[in-house]
This record gives sequence, structure tokens and C-alpha cells, in this order.
Amino acid sequence: MIQNTIESPEIEEIINTDTRHTDAMCTNESALQHPWWYNFKYMAVGIIFGIVFIKAEIISWFRIQEMFQLTSFHMYGVIGTAVVVGLISIQLIKRLNIKSIYGEKITIDNKEFNKGQIYGGLIFGLGWAITGACPGPLFAQIGNGFGVIAITLLSAIAGTWVYGKFRDKLPH
Amino acid sequence: MLELLKSPWHWSVAGVMIGLTVPILLILGNKKFGISSSLRHVCAACLPANISFFKYDWKKESWNLFFVVGVFLGGFLAHLFLQNPQDMQVTESTKAVLASYGITDYSQLMPTEIFAWKNLFTLKGFIFFVLGGFMVGFGTRYAGGCTSGHSIMGLANLQLPSLIATISFMVGGFISANVLLPLIFKLL
Repeated sequence: MIQNTIESPEIEEIINTDTRHTDAMCTNESALQHPWWYNFKYMAVGIIFGIVFIKAEIISWFRIQEMFQLTSFHMYGVIGTAVVVGLISIQLIKRLNIKSIYGEKITIDNKEFNKGQIYGGLIFGLGWAITGACPGPLFAQIGNGFGVIAITLLSAIAGTWVYGKFRDKLPH
Repeated sequence: MLELLKSPWHWSVAGVMIGLTVPILLILGNKKFGISSSLRHVCAACLPANISFFKYDWKKESWNLFFVVGVFLGGFLAHLFLQNPQDMQVTESTKAVLASYGITDYSQLMPTEIFAWKNLFTLKGFIFFVLGGFMVGFGTRYAGGCTSGHSIMGLANLQLPSLIATISFMVGGFISANVLLPLIFKLL
């Protein structure tokens, strides 16, 4: 929890990182400070990622229905292949001690179990089959001309906010 | 070549490219692949409302927002230059189920019978856009990640909580697609 009296910037940094770690996979532990425009390289990765989303029809509501009706292997193939490629890559990075392009050691923290992964996971799953989208495809769907999905995205942001608001009262 | 790019890509091509995003982000700046967190950063940036869950330095995570803007732009570029002129190929048995829902238009990636502005202020729109979106945002944050953070990054890093989360996603999806959706379409 955030203390009202923060005495040293070091403690502030630890508290800040802890808050960002809470229920998030993708916190950024990098200690490096870069100008904001360094972030454009992540946008470039995102662009390629978005094109793959469209061209492999991952953003398609139809493909999601096929996945959950077990009538097509497509989505299982995509996710399964991605996991295997990611797994091999992470093992190589760890074993060969590969550094980031700035020479920083690559660190991946472990995830701790809490019941939210079950309750939240089920709720997300229900929403996934209705919208035909997880958070990533929402952005690609809007870009692909389905403007009304902006409403879905806004609602997803609202859902995230409501979770944050009532987090202390929910079972974890 | 352009014809090949315009036709739908094989799952293995997509799987390899998405899987490679994991090491690319790590090597570019020690960043962990995960998309749903961007929704949290938007909350932290726009409406923190003194909620401790949103009181952190979101600017440190702004790479994540650049990434999702990229995903949006990627969708836009594919729409402009790489659009598939043909109908989507969907399995016959799924087509039969969807026909019972009144969905028969396969000209686009999303069924136009549902995902159109004209449905916004109807019960259909409320369920598919507002309720569905809310569940996606609430559920992913409650679970601590989505398909990217848990099912790809987490599983690739052999995290048991991510496996539990992924199984929960799938169970929710199976219930929703096979029990809930038929009920919803009966209601509409």
C-alpha cells in the first residue's frame, strides 16, 4: 500500500514498482531512462503484430467461434506455435545470457498464484467468445475499419477501472 | 507476392511471428509482452481517482501504449493495402450454428449483423459491445493478464499461474460460445 510519507526516492521507486507489478505481467523493470521517442520502436513492432492479427484472421469473431466450437485447428495452431517459439526464445536468452540492445540484463519475474486468475479468467473467457476479441485484437479491429469496436474498447477500459476501484473487496 | 500477402496467412506463420514478439520486446528493452496492461495504463493516465491500483508512474510503461497504437496502425495498414477480396472460409458446422443465430454474411472478418453502428443502441449492441467489452477489461485485469501476457508470455516462461489462467479463459470461452451465445440469440 502507498504510504503517505515517502522519505526517500528509493523507497518511492520500490513502492511504485510494486504497484505496477500488482496483477500485471508486463511491468517494465528497466532502470534505463530514455527520451520518449525511443518508444517508437515498440510502435513498429506493434504495427507488424497488428498486420499479423488481421492477415491470420486472429481478430475474426468467426475464428473465435470456431475455436470454442472445436471445429477448426487454426487458433490452437497460432497460440500453440507462438508458445513454443516464445519458450525456445526465452530459454536461449536465459542460457546464452543474451542482453538487451542497451546491454541490460534481461529479467523475467515469476508470477504468483491467486484466485483472481480463476475468477477473472472465467469472466474474461465469457467476454472473449461474445466480443470475439481479447484486448490486443480490439485495437486491430478498430484500425481495420470496425469503428464501433471503439465502444467495446471504452467499455473494457471501464471494466479495468471498476476492477481497480473494487479490488480490495474481491476474493484473490 | 502481393497476392500471396493478401490471401489469409497460415497459422504457423502467424504463430512464429507472434512468438517472436516475446524475444524481440525483451531484446529491444527488457519489455515483457502483454497487452491488457495498456488498459490499466489508460486508467492510470486519465482517471486515477486516487485509487491505489492506478497510482503509479504510468509514463514508465508508456512503451506499452506505443505498442497498442502500433497494433491499431497495423490493422489500418492491412485494411488499406492487404485486404482479402474473398469471403472468409469458415467451417461448415460452425456456419450451420451461426445461421441459426441469423449470421450469414462472411464478407468481412466480423459479422456485419452484429458489429455495426446501427446496433449500438439496441440490446444486441449492449450485450456485444458494452457488456462483452466490460467483461474483457474486468476479467483480464482480475486475472492479471490476457492471452498475450498469460497464454503466450506466461506459458512460454513456464509459469503455473499462467496455465491456470489460460485454462480458465478457455473454460469461460467454451461456456460462453456453446451455452451463453445460443441463449443470447434466442433472446434477441
